[in-house]
Amino acid sequence: MSGPSTYVPKTGFTRWLDSRLPILRFANDTMTSFPTPRNLNFWYIFGAVLTFMLGVQIVTGVVLAMHYVPSGDHAFDSVEDIMRNVNYGWLLRYTHMTGASMFFLAVYIHMFRGLYYGSYKAPREVLWILGVLIYLLMMATAFLGYTLPWGQMSFWGATVITNFFSSLDQLIPHLGTAITTWLWGGFAVGDPTLNRFFSLHYLLPFVIAGVVGLHIWALHVPGNNNPLGIDVKGPQDTVPFHPYYTVKDSFYLVLFCIVFFGLVFFAPNLLGNPDNYTPANPLVTPADIVPEWYFLPFYAMLRGVPQKLLGVIIMFGAIATLFFAPWLDTSKVRSARFRPMLKVFFWVLVVDCIVLGYVGANKPDAVLPLSALPIPLVWIGRLGTLYFYGYFWAILPLLGLIERPKPLPASIAQSVLGDRAPAAAPAE
Amino acid sequence: MRKALPLGLSLGLLLAVSAQAQTVSSDPLPPKPEHWSFEGPFGTYDRGELQRGFQVYKEVCSACHSLNRVSFHDLGDAGGLGFTDAQVKALALSYKVPAGPNDKGETTDANGTPLTRPGIPADHFPPPFANEQAARASNNGALPPDLSLIVKAREGGPQYVYSIVTGDSTKAPAGFHLTANKYYDPYFPGRNISMPPPLSKGQVTFNDGTPNDVASEAHNVVAFLSWASEPKMDERKQLGFGVMAFLLLLSGLLFLSYRRVWHGEH
Repeated sequence: MSGPSTYVPKTGFTRWLDSRLPILRFANDTMTSFPTPRNLNFWYIFGAVLTFMLGVQIVTGVVLAMHYVPSGDHAFDSVEDIMRNVNYGWLLRYTHMTGASMFFLAVYIHMFRGLYYGSYKAPREVLWILGVLIYLLMMATAFLGYTLPWGQMSFWGATVITNFFSSLDQLIPHLGTAITTWLWGGFAVGDPTLNRFFSLHYLLPFVIAGVVGLHIWALHVPGNNNPLGIDVKGPQDTVPFHPYYTVKDSFYLVLFCIVFFGLVFFAPNLLGNPDNYTPANPLVTPADIVPEWYFLPFYAMLRGVPQKLLGVIIMFGAIATLFFAPWLDTSKVRSARFRPMLKVFFWVLVVDCIVLGYVGANKPDAVLPLSALPIPLVWIGRLGTLYFYGYFWAILPLLGLIERPKPLPASIAQSVLGDRAPAAAPAE
Repeated sequence: MRKALPLGLSLGLLLAVSAQAQTVSSDPLPPKPEHWSFEGPFGTYDRGELQRGFQVYKEVCSACHSLNRVSFHDLGDAGGLGFTDAQVKALALSYKVPAGPNDKGETTDANGTPLTRPGIPADHFPPPFANEQAARASNNGALPPDLSLIVKAREGGPQYVYSIVTGDSTKAPAGFHLTANKYYDPYFPGRNISMPPPLSKGQVTFNDGTPNDVASEAHNVVAFLSWASEPKMDERKQLGFGVMAFLLLLSGLLFLSYRRVWHGEH
């Protein structure tokens, strides 16, 4: 779809620049004239939203880092100093804090959209893999960042997560402990841990930005998928990215910002944990150690397994599974719109992830409060984990063989414009 | 019916067991549903309430609880207690803040008392105890928590703190095991709290004639502590309305552009 360039330099300077560094040609071809399917719906705005969120997190984060002190003795105080004494420090911090949640909300919608419309399938496998890589980097960055305020949940969250590695002791004695000690820079989470976490938290967003560049590059080679999941057949199926999608993305981005800043200004601590307003104390363990909401489904998977190493493997395996999705799906049809069976399984997967999140948010020994016969949540979590794996490793491969897809429309233009569609251009 | 009978029986048994357990339960009750002027997107702090609450903190709570993150000049903030500069200065002067070591390296005077100086507006509220050990030694081994963030650091926020300070005057039910040197407070996790009932009727006299029963004293001091936890709330909500208005206007304009650009294209 990235056909021949349509850029024509108009002034003497741009002609001069174009023959030396064709950066304006590049910008024009990727952001202005880029042919985009004309039928992209609301669910396709989240790429733009995510780019915006990465920018917001980097800008607020860089300024916060000017006031933050990465030391066990001063981290909590410096964050409170930002909240109370730095001009608009509360705005910077609440935006950064809420921004992390909104970033994950957007990435989850973006990923589910990809799963629904089959955007991970050929020829977009590399695009999908880069996306999963970004998601993985986001999780690492969010975890590292959550440690920085050095509250109780920061400290104990860091302790729990880094202790994943000590489970390797069950495989090779002392190996896990050695790795954990190396990660901590000591024999417990402490000053050296906080310092390196800060360093990495500052580094990873720029790595993400780099992979986002590759992700967009990989998008621009095959072009966007679309809700019909059929290939673009000619210019009648597309519109230039600008102004059609710049205006559409901008409109929805502002709606997204209304929710985002609604939380920042009116409920900034809604998604946070009160325990993180108590300074870190290695001698007092909080009653419940709960991760941020966006990690809860994985937390439920981890806790469903009584054996620690196996729990860690199942949890990371769930993320690793996503990398294989392009080859696990055997159907020739991309969009779930034309796959009546996949559609059902997909929505069950969405509900499954929400249920797993609910299980992760509750105490490990909690029971379902709805029924007279108490069902332990841990079993609901286990079933949920089974379905998550089953969706990718059993349902996706099998459905391609047994499902009978609905007939696909002839073209995007036909489907969008109906009788008004211009006749397909003859092949050149 | 054959199935329902054992089910009903076991269910009844289960209820009976849990009812029996409830009389000596150590699980905390849900916080009292107290309402506040600063609730919701339009809620703001009530200046009079904050000033009365500060009086309660100063005359009662500050005997054991520090307020480390609040400085005297914070009390002059417009979105808070709104004290004048002169009031802040006078208040600061009335406090003795730690001043050692001096230029000779001494931390105490000839009598061995720690060096102090009168406070200035930039100083923070001095803590009641020199350190954690001193605090524990004076409180049967318990550490009174710093109150600067107490409302934000507890699940249930102001309702929870209000329930704690009004709740521990209740008598422990028969059969409840109360640990030595502890008080019964049904809203506290474990229901054993180290803090004696902090407020009593008439303990503080408000000079504006506000009733000084326990409920009113507690309500005012919790409002003050909420402000101490989140001193920029009024400023935050006020700016929020401007930002929301801007975003709504922008979304309206963008919607019109969107409609116009896409006209006839889909």
